[in-house]
Amino acid sequence: MLGVIRFIYLFKSVWAILLALLLGSILIQLAGSDPLDAYAALFKGAFFEYFGFGNTLVKMSPLILAGLAVTIPLRAGQFNIGAEGQIYMGALFATLAALYLPAMPGWIHVLVCSIAGAIGGGLWALIPAVLKAYHRVNEIIVTLLMNYVAINIVSYAVSGPMMAPEAPYPYSDEIPESLFLPHVLPRTDAHLGVVVGVVLAIVLFAVFRRSTFGFSLATVGRNPDAARYAGMSVKRHIVVAFVVAGAMAGLAGTYEVLGLKYRLFHHFSPGYGYDGIVITFLAGGNPLFVVVAAAFLGGLRSGAGIMQRAVGVDTTVVEAIQGLVVILLAMGLAFRFEQTFWARVLRKRKEVAGELSPDGQPENPP
Amino acid sequence: MATDPHLVVDNVTKTFGDLRANDAVSLHVERGSIHAILGENGAGKTTLMNILYGLYHPDEGHIRVDGVEVRIESPKDALRQGIGMVHQHFMLVGPLTVTENVILGMKPNGPGLNLKQHAERLTELSDSFGFEIDPHETVWKLPMGMQQRVEILKLLYHHADILIFDEPTSVLTPGETGPFFDVLRRLTEADKTILFITHKLEEVMAIADRVTVMRDGRVTAEVETSETNPQELARLMIGRDIVFDIEHRDREAGPSLLEIKGVRARSDRGLAALDDISLSVRSGEILGIAGVDGNGQAELAEVIAGLRPLEAGHITVEGRDIGEASVAERKHRLGIGYVPEDRQRVGLVLDHPVAMNLMLRSYESLPFARHHIFNFGAIKSNAERLVEQYDVRLQSIEQEVRYLSGGNQQKVILAREIEEGPRVLIVSQPTKGLDVGAIEFVQNTLLDQREKGVAILYISTELEHLLAVSDRIAVIFRGRITGVLETADATAEKLGMLMAGVSG
Amino acid sequence: MIEIFLDPALLTDFLRTSLRLSVPIVFAAVGGVLSERSGVYNIGLEGMMLAGAFGAAVGAFFFDTPFAGVVTGAMCGMLAALILAVLGVSLGVNQIVTGIAINLFVLGLTSFLSRVVFGAQANTLNLQGFKPLAIPGLISIPVIGPVFFGQDLLVYLMYAVVPLLYFMMFATPWGLNIRAVGENPRAADTAGVSVNAVRYACVLGSGLFAGLGGCFLVLSQVFLFSENMSAGKGFIALAAVILGRWNPVGALLACLLFGFFDALQLRLQFLNPEVPHEIFVAMPYVVSILALVGLVGRPSPPAAAGIPYRREAK
Repeated sequence: MLGVIRFIYLFKSVWAILLALLLGSILIQLAGSDPLDAYAALFKGAFFEYFGFGNTLVKMSPLILAGLAVTIPLRAGQFNIGAEGQIYMGALFATLAALYLPAMPGWIHVLVCSIAGAIGGGLWALIPAVLKAYHRVNEIIVTLLMNYVAINIVSYAVSGPMMAPEAPYPYSDEIPESLFLPHVLPRTDAHLGVVVGVVLAIVLFAVFRRSTFGFSLATVGRNPDAARYAGMSVKRHIVVAFVVAGAMAGLAGTYEVLGLKYRLFHHFSPGYGYDGIVITFLAGGNPLFVVVAAAFLGGLRSGAGIMQRAVGVDTTVVEAIQGLVVILLAMGLAFRFEQTFWARVLRKRKEVAGELSPDGQPENPP
Repeated sequence: MATDPHLVVDNVTKTFGDLRANDAVSLHVERGSIHAILGENGAGKTTLMNILYGLYHPDEGHIRVDGVEVRIESPKDALRQGIGMVHQHFMLVGPLTVTENVILGMKPNGPGLNLKQHAERLTELSDSFGFEIDPHETVWKLPMGMQQRVEILKLLYHHADILIFDEPTSVLTPGETGPFFDVLRRLTEADKTILFITHKLEEVMAIADRVTVMRDGRVTAEVETSETNPQELARLMIGRDIVFDIEHRDREAGPSLLEIKGVRARSDRGLAALDDISLSVRSGEILGIAGVDGNGQAELAEVIAGLRPLEAGHITVEGRDIGEASVAERKHRLGIGYVPEDRQRVGLVLDHPVAMNLMLRSYESLPFARHHIFNFGAIKSNAERLVEQYDVRLQSIEQEVRYLSGGNQQKVILAREIEEGPRVLIVSQPTKGLDVGAIEFVQNTLLDQREKGVAILYISTELEHLLAVSDRIAVIFRGRITGVLETADATAEKLGMLMAGVSG
Repeated sequence: MIEIFLDPALLTDFLRTSLRLSVPIVFAAVGGVLSERSGVYNIGLEGMMLAGAFGAAVGAFFFDTPFAGVVTGAMCGMLAALILAVLGVSLGVNQIVTGIAINLFVLGLTSFLSRVVFGAQANTLNLQGFKPLAIPGLISIPVIGPVFFGQDLLVYLMYAVVPLLYFMMFATPWGLNIRAVGENPRAADTAGVSVNAVRYACVLGSGLFAGLGGCFLVLSQVFLFSENMSAGKGFIALAAVILGRWNPVGALLACLLFGFFDALQLRLQFLNPEVPHEIFVAMPYVVSILALVGLVGRPSPPAAAGIPYRREAK
């Protein structure tokens, strides 16, 4: 019984997506197109066509990493709404490392750029982390405001000191070809970034599951007082969680430059950092599901253009659908109470049964 | 009909699921009297009170005020019938003034608050009962005794004439209790009727005219206090005579294990909470710490456990200074076990499985983890062994600890803190909110540890529980130790004086 | 740089810009004060503002008058707030999560709907907006007159809203109820105050004000709707709520400070054309962060903020 309810609860995200697509079909109708045709074009384009799928993989690279950047601090009870800014700072640092460091073998240079990007994002996340942990400044507002600062810093950099000569609009010089990330699907733009994202998601999953750090992070998130009692430093966990998260987001920015654009553009991220929040909600904080959720959102984004060409619905409908998914997921959280209610009822029954049976064992061992 | 009692509860029954919280409960309260309702936790007092107060509706039975049957739909409705309640945890809004608190929820006449006019009338009312309350004072700045008067004033201002008090003395110092009883007497002189809910026998004998005893949702007796005695009431309340194991007192205590010298510490708000505390606890000894809640007990426990910085002084365990040791070092290297006061907020992580909670404070060490990777086999076998050994009732060790009963949650904590064989055990309010069976278990566990030579610091606000197991009792008042008594010499009067800050 | 403050004409112009830039934030911030005083965190101010902006554009577009825009804008702000009320107050969903969800939801929905409604002309719209309305007499006071009394109706509305809200909060039974509910909902409940009704009213009011902030962006500043045009102003408003210590007047002052720096950065852009302007654009955000960090004595929000109220809960 409990298993069934758990099961339904586990797939809450799927229900939210289905309902959002249903509501989205009303929007598509509103825009004067046939929803079924539109969705068919969208999903076929995103997942069942070679180049379309390649494009989905391209989007998945920053989305997975941004999702992890929100997931990690959330484990410690912290809201990182600043992945967007961390992506920008990561890209900036990586581009600096790519353009201005002395020549070195290609793969080492890629590694150096990755580290630089991770440091850029990590340092940017360190600021709200320290403010939160040591000065109790609300991390949500600070990370939000810092996004605007970071985006403008990058815009400033590429329209001023780093601007490529003769560029018609703000972007930097192209990075050396030796730094271009290898492609994972021939003839598409899909690059190694998505593989890095998946590997990191798996690593993180293992860390959450099996390591003492994963346990202490979750303890800090669920009960900071008990964490202190257990000998865990709440402040240090908050800082570490944010810095690691910032590094992930920094990598997202890095691979946008090294894998896709080969330059630093102003406003290059269409809100991947905010998508990371959606992905985290969808994945319920599980790093492996982050990959799945990123595939869904990446598919939406890559299929949107195909859909627009096929049936003429504006691509922004996927943003509306994404918004609907979030709000429905938030509504879904209300059912958590139901779940605990059911769980309580069922457990109470078993507890009573346990009291009644002579050896103190429950009647139906789980 | 002039002889109708002021308040009559007639055969009220209230069930929650399978539980009969109130089973045909009847009550007759005369106007201008003080009527006590005596019973243990879970005896059904709270349910009855919530029915009178409009939070619950009875499944069966009637309530009559002055002979007229009433139906009470909400707290506001209750107040309209003249029934008001002073909750154990005061229903006051701290940052608001006394006047604002009193007029909160009143039907406004006009757009403004008329604070000045209300304040004048309040002063008048306050003076007529000798309350000495400044209506412009912010509530959180008032001591508990005064806040309680604000609560009473609130009811009087709304013309309540049946006043229900829920465990009113639990937040007061013994010094405040006397004046509070005077207030109650003055209220009855003004023809107010008092319903006094408590589990403390001596208070019933001291103040009540008549008492109704409840047990397991039923009324076991309704008698005049002048016609009964504490022993009889205890039997009616508990259903059997409680005998605590007194033989333990024969054991000789060993060398001093825990030494506290000149310790000072601050509270969360930065105020001085511990002021030059010195204590010592010997091997095989239980030192009780008595005192009214909030006099530095929590800070004392936390300072020893390493959760609060030491401002001055020294703490030594087996002669070693532990001043700089971390929480984990104190637990594992120095052998300080700590059972915190707040089980659910500090002692356990409710969302974690029982198995993880059973190793919460050893999660980084062998055998549970090696190189920061968990060994789930060891965690599981540890949990299974402890659950069996301490008879924790649960469904599965993978179950979240949230779903265990309070007594079983406390067993999880005790098992964990005792498991590694501590030298020193700090136990803070371990019996709070537990039923009699669980309390006995906790106390027997402490006595077992005492037999094993552990030095135990036992903090409690329940004098009876302290007297039952302690070898000596120290009293804390405003962060100072006002006296240390051998349990054999400790009487309620002596302890009460010390708890009120009068050094013996 | 310094001549701004010496030349009366430049000074007037500068202060006027400061005030106008702070107006939308003021509306959102007093909304935030209202909601959080009642014990509901409102991270969704940004989304409510954006919803208000979209509603204002739609109303003004179809009815060709800014007054219709104000009505539809305020209503859209309240609709977005209704989500927070239902989820965060009735259903007990985490208010921060709900607020974030509202921001993302409104952003996605308005981006799409603006394409549907305005089509290709979205960026070239020139909607009917509010015109400056000089107050006779007062306008002729030097500097102060043109700065404060040569504004449009929404600014005058703001002049009224802040003191009224202040009065309501601290001198009326409603305000007493709101403060009690935000500090100790159980106490308020036992006194007969309906906790959730108060919270609904405050959250919806908060959406109304944030919506008005959005109306100002569209009907008084740019006369068109563009995607994500609130651009973080709702978040600056959140900072102003904290900085203003949950007091409408305090929040107003904080917003004026932010408006001042926003005007200053515009001025700096203008004076330094050779420097890419983005470095100056970041300034108000940086100032907001610094203000939060440098706040003397950490103010604490209403005690019950963020905690859904359930009667049976202990």
